Amino acid sequence: MEALLPYIINGISAGGQYALIAIGYTMVYGILRLINFAHGDVFMVAGLIMVYTTTSMPLYISIPIVLVCTVVLGFVIERVAYKPLRSAPRMSLMISAIGVSYLIQNLAFYITGGLPKPVLNPIPWVSDTITIFGALTKRVTLITPILTLVLVFVLVYLIKNTKIGMGMRAASKDFETAQLMGVKINSVISFTFIVGSFLAAVGSILYFTNYPSVAITSGSLPGLRAFIAAVFGGIGSIPGAVVGAFIIGLCEELIKGLGYSTFSDAFTFALLIVVLCVKPTGLFGEKVTDKV
Amino acid sequence: MSEIILSVKDLQVNYGGIEAVKGISFDVPKGEIVTLIGANGAGKSTTLKSVVGLVKPKSGSIQFNRKELIGMDTTAIVSKGITLVPEGRRVFPDLTVLENIKIGAYLRNDDLSGDIAWVYDLFPRLKEREWQLAGTLSGGEQQMLAVARALMSRPKVIMMDEPSLGLAPLIVKGIFDIIKEINKQGVTVLLIEQNANMALKIADYAYVLETGRITLSGSGAELLSNDEVKKAYLGK
Repeated sequence: MEALLPYIINGISAGGQYALIAIGYTMVYGILRLINFAHGDVFMVAGLIMVYTTTSMPLYISIPIVLVCTVVLGFVIERVAYKPLRSAPRMSLMISAIGVSYLIQNLAFYITGGLPKPVLNPIPWVSDTITIFGALTKRVTLITPILTLVLVFVLVYLIKNTKIGMGMRAASKDFETAQLMGVKINSVISFTFIVGSFLAAVGSILYFTNYPSVAITSGSLPGLRAFIAAVFGGIGSIPGAVVGAFIIGLCEELIKGLGYSTFSDAFTFALLIVVLCVKPTGLFGEKVTDKV
Repeated sequence: MSEIILSVKDLQVNYGGIEAVKGISFDVPKGEIVTLIGANGAGKSTTLKSVVGLVKPKSGSIQFNRKELIGMDTTAIVSKGITLVPEGRRVFPDLTVLENIKIGAYLRNDDLSGDIAWVYDLFPRLKEREWQLAGTLSGGEQQMLAVARALMSRPKVIMMDEPSLGLAPLIVKGIFDIIKEINKQGVTVLLIEQNANMALKIADYAYVLETGRITLSGSGAELLSNDEVKKAYLGK
């Protein structure tokens, strides 16, 4: 148990990072029924912006720049690549998303020259080493899950209690009727992408602070794991994505702790297959309301 | 006849690859109940969806208070004072009854408490079920909720697509009483129905729609005693 403790702590932290990405997948799916393949790359771009800005600017400027640029990127992707396809078959939307993903990776390749960018100036204080119950770790490992939970609670509160949140919930069930109520579908969808990208940016900052470098493919694996977390939790459900992400993060790290590091990703993908076969709607998937 | 609030001229709509509406014209006078009756597939729903901009017509004109609506988006049309109670109620199942009522006023930013009290007064059943999820209501209650939700936008014209569909006769009677009551309070009603008997009884004026064309029109009472209507829609 003692030996596994650092892995458990790391697992919870990884779970927090996956959760921040997974919410973007699950919210976009909830409203557009689209798997936004470009989301992992948005996450990677946030990491790159962080590397570039933290080396030349103080933190109180660079962090806001990372957040704002990532949000703008998510917003623009939706406007340019998804909005014109609003009434097109869903498959076209999916193909467009794959296209955006490769476009971003190639642009990143062009800008970085294809070399992984080392994280030279990780954020001080948060990357200090601390001890939790005798286990050595970085402070960011402790901050990540706490910050994740705070953001999730704020988000859930907003969706439950604000007008645009109500519009989102309505639009995710029925576009046409929501429009009849005066809900501006395009604003709601943009808002969804903005929130998703913002959380991915926060996740990216936390993730790459703990990581030696950002490569153009750095978004793929965390993105995939977060996507699996979203499916596992029941795609479309925010609490589902969060719970799924923490479970996957913990399992991966525990497997590493038990000495099977090679299999940690294999486990995640195997889990995806099992979930799809046994309970395709996931843990908290859309339930059918019963009459009382 | 009083002032015309909604006027449709030569409306042609293609929907799902077929010519659903083939050049129809009709007027809705302010403060009245007008009904379009006709069988399944006659183009009734398509006509209403064109009015609120959910379907883009091929040609023709739809004027509300002499302003053209074609080309405007749904939000803009609804904010002008037209609303549609869609076929099959389409309440939001995961929202509570109160949230469904509130979302009907999505475009308004003023105080809603007076209007909420007003719709609860019209439908006391909804007040009892305020905190219940709309998906758990019975069909009749969902229809009431759909009407209450539509009223929250303070419409000048309320259009209803088959409000009696799938409801027990007693419930249908209740819904029609409410339609009359809403109309009495000054809201113009455009009603489409397969239940021609009920619709014609409350309508001031009626149009018969057959495969995309208007074939007959007249006051509700006239059509009720018309032989063709009797044979085709009233089963007599």
